[in-house]
Amino acid sequence: MIINGVLIDHTFAEAFPMKATRVIITAQTEQWAFNAAKSMTGFATSVIGCGCEADIERYLKPSETPDGRPGVSAMLFTMGAKSLVKQLETRAGQSVLTSPTSALFSGIDGGIRIPLGKNLRYFGDGFQTSKMINDKRYWRIPVMDGEFLVEETTGQVNAIGGGNLLILAESEIDALEACEKAVLEMRKVPNVILPFPGGVVRSGSKVGSKYPALTASTNDAFCPTLKGITKSELSPEIESVMEIVIDGLTEADIKKAMKVGMETFCSIGAYNGVKRISAGNYGGKLGPYHFHLQEIMND
Amino acid sequence: MTDLTLTMKYRPNQRVDMSPITCDKLAGLELAEIAAIELQNGKRKLRVDELFSISGSDVGKIHINNSFYKLDYIGRGLEGGSIRVTGDVGAYLAMDMRAGEITVSGNVGIYAACQMKNGLLQVLGDVGDFLGSALPGNKKGIQGGTVLIKGNAGDRVGDHMRRGMILIEGDTGDYCGARMTAGTIAVMGKTGRNIGYAMRRGTLLLWQQPKVPVTFGDCGTHTFSFLPMLFKAMAKFDSKFSDSSQHFNRVHRYGGDLAGMGRGEILVRAGNA
Repeated sequence: MIINGVLIDHTFAEAFPMKATRVIITAQTEQWAFNAAKSMTGFATSVIGCGCEADIERYLKPSETPDGRPGVSAMLFTMGAKSLVKQLETRAGQSVLTSPTSALFSGIDGGIRIPLGKNLRYFGDGFQTSKMINDKRYWRIPVMDGEFLVEETTGQVNAIGGGNLLILAESEIDALEACEKAVLEMRKVPNVILPFPGGVVRSGSKVGSKYPALTASTNDAFCPTLKGITKSELSPEIESVMEIVIDGLTEADIKKAMKVGMETFCSIGAYNGVKRISAGNYGGKLGPYHFHLQEIMND
Repeated sequence: MTDLTLTMKYRPNQRVDMSPITCDKLAGLELAEIAAIELQNGKRKLRVDELFSISGSDVGKIHINNSFYKLDYIGRGLEGGSIRVTGDVGAYLAMDMRAGEITVSGNVGIYAACQMKNGLLQVLGDVGDFLGSALPGNKKGIQGGTVLIKGNAGDRVGDHMRRGMILIEGDTGDYCGARMTAGTIAVMGKTGRNIGYAMRRGTLLLWQQPKVPVTFGDCGTHTFSFLPMLFKAMAKFDSKFSDSSQHFNRVHRYGGDLAGMGRGEILVRAGNA
């Protein structure tokens, strides 16, 4: 399939089941809500090394937040329920509880309820108080700037991680600019996050390594500097490859984000250096979710 | 179907136990069976049709018409549906209520919402002492739900209150929130002496400055982000509590009762403290 000169490979992105939750962080100003959310979702690009994948989902207007203040919604993804609980608690405790004027709420009403403020409340050393409002329990924890308000639980739901797009471009700057534009559009899609820095990965990996201690290593088939010395996937004009990884709550959410991303790449076109779109997979043997690029574009 | 309407034919001298008349207890009964239910009246029993004329058939919506202050235990243990009362009612209104809605157009006696578990009770008039409290000797007063009083309340509002929300547009008597364990009592009017006496936890939210007992500590004036959420939860009621001009997030906080556990709080609208 070729659109605006951009070749879309007949391949698929392979993705995996994950557990996810969403939280809403509010503060006195949008900047302080962002500061807390940025810290909470920091160092969370990949479950392999960070324990979870997390990112800010979107900014929320005061009318969209429980306490009527500016806010940010953020999502966390992990491979299992236990690690989600642990990551959430650690990150909420170290990054949101500590952030001036912040409050923390559940962003998912349904699902399995997991602790949000349930254990954080003990920071109050007995001075914490709870308040039931509309059948939800909130904890008021006295802190030095006043009071940290946190909902007792949030919802854990089944989710999908590892949706991805590879963009193959004529130059590094072409790839980067195209990714920036795609990320901007893809982040408008609800229920998805792009957990890598700026939403973009340059170090896509393959499974395994020549070094036994490593489970993953550089994806040499897509490394442009190795074109002549390895079994490369790249044609001569490709000088740079970048990847956008997508975690989402449902298959439909990931498909939508991938479609928006591909449409953006295609709108930039081959004339501007975007030559090809591909995706990472493991032959379909590891992940149960297969996102076929051409099918998504035809939907 | 129209509401099941019970209109009082006369006013007996002795008090009447109305606890058999709830939506859940009448469910599935024919009108003749409802008419034959016996209500305790002093030391004798009265059939429902002796005391009331009966019309309508929807037992999920009961209307007690021409009520007066000797009808006790209305809506006791109610598990769903609605009871609307035109007139005054006696003691123990909505006692042990678990779900549903009760509305009273007139005044109410003592122990209204006593040990209530959930649901909504609205009173357009005044209520007597021990609103939302525990029966003597019991340790748990109201444990959930919402009570909205448009008039005034007597002494000991929320005595031993465990959870839930009591909203009072008017004034309260003495010992408001005494021995409270948790929950919220909001009072727009004046409060009497010994507010929050032996209060353990919970919130007394006041629009007027009370006479704060010496066993409460002054914690200063603060802005609380949970208050807008609390007011948002109140906004669904047809009440002064839904009027945004009455809402605030800045309050003067008094913590206590320090003669006891001392984790309760009296929050007074800032500017009035």
